Amino acid sequence: MDLLFSLALQILYGIANLALISLGLAIVFGMMRVINLAHGEFLMLGGYTVVVATNNGVNLWFAMLVLAPLVVGLIGLIVERCLIQWLYGRMIDTLLATWGLSLLFIGIITSIFGASTSTVISPPLGTVTIGEYTSSGYELFLIFVVIILLALVYLTLKFTSLGLVARATMQNSDMSACLGISTSKIYMVTFSLGAAVSGLAGGLLVPITGVLPNIGVIYIAKAFITVISGGSAILAGTTSASVLLGGVNGIMSYITGPTFGEVALLFAAIILLRLMPTGITGRFFRKSQ
Amino acid sequence: MRLYGTFNGTLVIAGFAILFTLIAPSIFQFFTIITLTQVIGLSILALSLALVWGFGGILCFGQSAFFGIGAYAYSVAAVNIGGSTGSIFIAILAAAVFAAILGYFVFYGKVSDVYLAVITLTVSLILYSLMRRTSGPEYKIGNALLGGFNGTGSAPLNMPGDGSAMLFPMQTFYVSMAILVIAYVFTGWLVTTKFGRVCVSIRENEVRTELLGYDTRLYKLCLFSISAGIAGLGGVLFCVGVTRVTPDVFSLGQSALAIIWVIVGGRMTLIGPILATFVLYFLTSSLGSQQILNANLVLGIILVVFVLLVPNGVVPTIMNWFERRRTKRYERQKERRMKLRKHRAIG
Repeated sequence: MDLLFSLALQILYGIANLALISLGLAIVFGMMRVINLAHGEFLMLGGYTVVVATNNGVNLWFAMLVLAPLVVGLIGLIVERCLIQWLYGRMIDTLLATWGLSLLFIGIITSIFGASTSTVISPPLGTVTIGEYTSSGYELFLIFVVIILLALVYLTLKFTSLGLVARATMQNSDMSACLGISTSKIYMVTFSLGAAVSGLAGGLLVPITGVLPNIGVIYIAKAFITVISGGSAILAGTTSASVLLGGVNGIMSYITGPTFGEVALLFAAIILLRLMPTGITGRFFRKSQ
Repeated sequence: MRLYGTFNGTLVIAGFAILFTLIAPSIFQFFTIITLTQVIGLSILALSLALVWGFGGILCFGQSAFFGIGAYAYSVAAVNIGGSTGSIFIAILAAAVFAAILGYFVFYGKVSDVYLAVITLTVSLILYSLMRRTSGPEYKIGNALLGGFNGTGSAPLNMPGDGSAMLFPMQTFYVSMAILVIAYVFTGWLVTTKFGRVCVSIRENEVRTELLGYDTRLYKLCLFSISAGIAGLGGVLFCVGVTRVTPDVFSLGQSALAIIWVIVGGRMTLIGPILATFVLYFLTSSLGSQQILNANLVLGIILVVFVLLVPNGVVPTIMNWFERRRTKRYERQKERRMKLRKHRAIG
């Protein structure tokens, strides 16, 4: 019983982790149809923000929950104004340009901080005991954060005027522009919000994974596959794909060890896309956000 | 711009390549010749990407997955068989079959361009993390240990049929150049065949090609598979040049490099990416030896600048310039002739 509970918690954490690293990408992709290949580097920059801030004596919680999203959101704003806004409607060029950006960020961070980090932040909150098994309290906290984050995105999209305008732009940008909405401004805000969420995710993951200039690579494969399997609806897509793929990954990792967990995740995603080429939300929950 | 090159042009360039092969040993140092074998492998990767992306319009971001599979298949097969000739074919086959299976899912599922790009990239990255974890005696194929992070050794090429007669570095260079020329002429020929033209028409307008009665899924699958086979061949030469293969062949950087070579060289040509590989390889390796500028940083800037400012790549831009100049001169002559004729008519 305890084993089952502990395993369920582990799988739940896997799902939450997947949702956390994909949400920023999903916001940008769902709203703007832009696949941001520098997403992994946004996570990495969030991580570095936390490391630099805590090295300078800033409270860890403040650095993770406030500074990381703020800094990376600002970087996202700059990137959108300088690069992305010239490439709307040219999906492939956007992919390539953001890839270049990703290399650029890795290069800059390596030049500044070197190829390895100096600090290791240990996960706060200690451990939680379940019968004879222990679980990290910080992982429980992350599950909680992801639920809050998803709820926040839902409430913003559903009940604020920004959310209404954003949903209108998402459904039909030309029509929204005709109705007097500045779609360019909406895209700018969306992109920096997406970047901020990525920064938050990157910051929150620092105590678990540490941070390196090229740590983005670890996240992006999973984030991309989750977003693409989920389809264009931001919340329903990310949640359903995270549950499905995170579940497969967790169960396979439990059975065969971590080596084949990711491979199973990829297989599941590819078979899923053969059946539903536009992702889960292309077929189900079409009216969701 | 012309939609496809002519086969004669391909043969002329192949002639230049043979000339280069013959004079290279007398102008380069021995060490450069050894490095050249690796670069030739990489340039075959760029060639295969130019084929699938430039001529088929299939945006394969993870072409290095097939490159790496070729390299690993060759290294593993060479240990188990004990000779390189058969192993090369096994490597090509392994890459092509893997691409065919992956291609079945993506092309028959009618996955869109951008999804395809991301899926292929993801496949490459997952292979990267998979191969990194294979360090341990339990991960082996036949007698070959996969070696995890450190990778596995790759046997040098040997004379066909005689596993003990290893080729010297100079001979390996000749063989590699020969393979590059053959691969180049083959792809140059392929794009002028009916198959190649159908692929170009799919790139230009997939729906129209489908309405004309071609099964575009099958054509794309075949092209994808062929180009993967060529990439696998590149992987073989690369791992022979380096003498070992590590999971880094699947890394994001490797995939990015292949894309950069093709973009810089020009995705609508076959020779552009090959030349870009040679030039950029020596550029980045000279950057790697100094400490001021990070190589990733420079590559990132090159990619962004080319996407924004020179989206067609260097070689097509130069070719267009020449073509424009030629047509301008032709028009000027025509104008002069017309004027003269008018003059005479009046006179």
